[in-house]
Amino acid sequence: MPWTKVYGDKAEFEKMAGVTPGLRGLTYREALLEATAQMLASDQTVFVLGEGVDDSAGVFGTTKGLHERFGKDRVIDTPLAENGVTGIAIGAALAGMRPILVHMRVDFMPLSMDQIMNHAAKWHYMFGGKVSVPVTIRSIIGRGWGSAAQHSQSLQALFAHIPGLKVVMPATPYDAKGLLRASVYDGNPVIFIEHRWLYEHMGHVPEEAYTVPIGKAVVRRKGPDVTIAAASYMVYEALRAASALSGQGIESEVIDLRTLKPLDMETIFESVKKTGRLIVADTGWKEFGIGAEVIARVAEDAFYDLKAPAARVALPDAPTPASPVLENAFYPGKGHIIEAVKKMLVRK
Amino acid sequence: MKDELLKYGVDTITRELLVEMYSMMLKIRMFEDRIVELYPEQEMKCPVHLYIGQEAIAAGVCLNLKKEDYLFSNHRGHGHCLAKGSPMGPLMAEFYGKKTGCSRGKGGSMHVIDVENGIMGTSAIVGGGIPMGVGAALASVMKGAESVTAIFFGDGAYDEGAFYEAFNFASLKKLPVVFVCENNFYATNSHQSARQPGCRISDSAAAFDAHGVCIDGNDVIEVYKASQDAVSRARRGGGPSLIEAKTYRWKGHVGPEEDFERGCRPKEELDYWKEMCPLRSFKELLLKRNVMTEAELGRIASSIKKDIDAAVRFAKESPYPEQDELLKDIYCGG
Ligand SMILES: Cc1ncc(C[n+]2csc(CCOP(=O)(O)OP(=O)(O)O)c2C)c(N)n1
Ligand SMILES: [Mg+2]
Repeated sequence: MPWTKVYGDKAEFEKMAGVTPGLRGLTYREALLEATAQMLASDQTVFVLGEGVDDSAGVFGTTKGLHERFGKDRVIDTPLAENGVTGIAIGAALAGMRPILVHMRVDFMPLSMDQIMNHAAKWHYMFGGKVSVPVTIRSIIGRGWGSAAQHSQSLQALFAHIPGLKVVMPATPYDAKGLLRASVYDGNPVIFIEHRWLYEHMGHVPEEAYTVPIGKAVVRRKGPDVTIAAASYMVYEALRAASALSGQGIESEVIDLRTLKPLDMETIFESVKKTGRLIVADTGWKEFGIGAEVIARVAEDAFYDLKAPAARVALPDAPTPASPVLENAFYPGKGHIIEAVKKMLVRK
Repeated sequence: MKDELLKYGVDTITRELLVEMYSMMLKIRMFEDRIVELYPEQEMKCPVHLYIGQEAIAAGVCLNLKKEDYLFSNHRGHGHCLAKGSPMGPLMAEFYGKKTGCSRGKGGSMHVIDVENGIMGTSAIVGGGIPMGVGAALASVMKGAESVTAIFFGDGAYDEGAFYEAFNFASLKKLPVVFVCENNFYATNSHQSARQPGCRISDSAAAFDAHGVCIDGNDVIEVYKASQDAVSRARRGGGPSLIEAKTYRWKGHVGPEEDFERGCRPKEELDYWKEMCPLRSFKELLLKRNVMTEAELGRIASSIKKDIDAAVRFAKESPYPEQDELLKDIYCGG
């Protein structure tokens, strides 16, 4: 299945494409653009709004040129008014539209938190299921080059804490395209989180429209020794760690969570049953984060499958520093995952 | 530069002040130009939002402020800090991510601070600094201090709800705030007309029963006069003012390059505004009216150059923070 295959970089994909007929390479950014264009073309209720969606850069290329193809009344550049505009998207969704709201950075979403958590997340429940809010809120995690504390946050856990919201974090171009469509047609408010470092990743993306189910994780690599559950960019770090470990005789199973809420625990339980060891690698903070949730659920329902204490590879409890040396120390990666795996195996 | 203005101004604007205006604008310009020069070395590893083209606003406003007055600013804050009196070394070192930086390397160019000069930290969340500035003004009133708070923000921040909420509060409580909206017509690549139905930001002051004025932000004397008026109104308990200063940023939204080639803005527009350079017209005026000679102007430039050289040397030679700084200062000791 070409869509479960993850390519480390463009070169790797191109090499594979040369020997595999039928592979269609698209970058993550192009996959998002294509998904959006297809929905705009086929469904008049879909529209895009956000700051700079019509500018020459087109939100890292993910909305580039859409205003020319579909008109500025369906691809709407908005004032810098995050809370208000989010409320406007929610209102439009209540009234029958399927807006895709784009935030250049996750960090600007706290401004719209009131509309997201007090309104969008609750509207269906609070009114006995009579109305729904099919809004998709895309946002981007920044990283590096001194982005600093206000331009690099990974706030997925914040959203995942709130009943009524769904949270997805695609790692591959295939999933980006399929999950975006699934989000728009899910019927619920979906927080769709992208990582800036993924935009150049290339993979197989079919041309026709398709969905990737929300709430389903996928095993990216099979192995009996340890389970590494990862999300978004950390999937790549986990895969790099897994191939390095493989050279040392340790075979890891890498799970790409894809959706954080609802979390696909079945896939994780199944893997942990086999490996008995669990590491969760997340782009967000460690404290009260995604890793904490996954491990808590394993502790509650599959505790006796564990052969060793579980571990988290995630951000230390600090805001993002600007200085390159501190930034380097801040972000965990492949090396930290390898270290965690080894520590876990030594305990055996 | 309008001759009548200077005439009107000569009673109150001394030669010394004119020299200060020029020196400050030039200092900001040369400081930013040096960043443009150094940035390609890729040693300054943080996004930089340059102030080139807008110098008259920071200079004209801050010459009316005292050291103990507060200043709040945004992602484009270098000019504001320099004008308020911040030394160049710690700013430059911050851009280089060094331990000696004004934020000890944790903030980068978007997050600078200079508590001694009343700059309580700059936010890169658009509009984020506006309510904080109003809060500082509230505190100074509560403490019985005479301070005024100047809040610099862009036309983009004027889109944000935070502005209206804070402005309403400031006017309601007659707080000593000068709201300075630097209208450079763009928020990133989005033109004001794509975001706001009207174009006179200052008009909205009336809706909050406050004073509003729209000025040429490239005319330092006009800026000086308008802010002198606003600052003195604030100091005598007359409440906040909203100064809208029209201007233009020369460089792209972020980084050292111009952006017309990327299709962000028309080149003719940039050319027009370069003609309106706040420094050049002012310099011509100073020469024409015999306020200063070429030689005197040159001496100012070379002294600024020396200071910038020293600041860059300081920044480059300073050490990086130790790694354990990562987990320090997350909480204060109480
Ligand atoms: C709340 C929020 N929304 C969006 C952004 C992204 N952003 C950073 S600066 C900027 C433009 C701000 O324009 P303006 O206030 O006019 O200031 P200028 O850059 O023109 O000086 C935008 C949209 C942000 N930092 N914060
Ligand atoms: Mg602006």
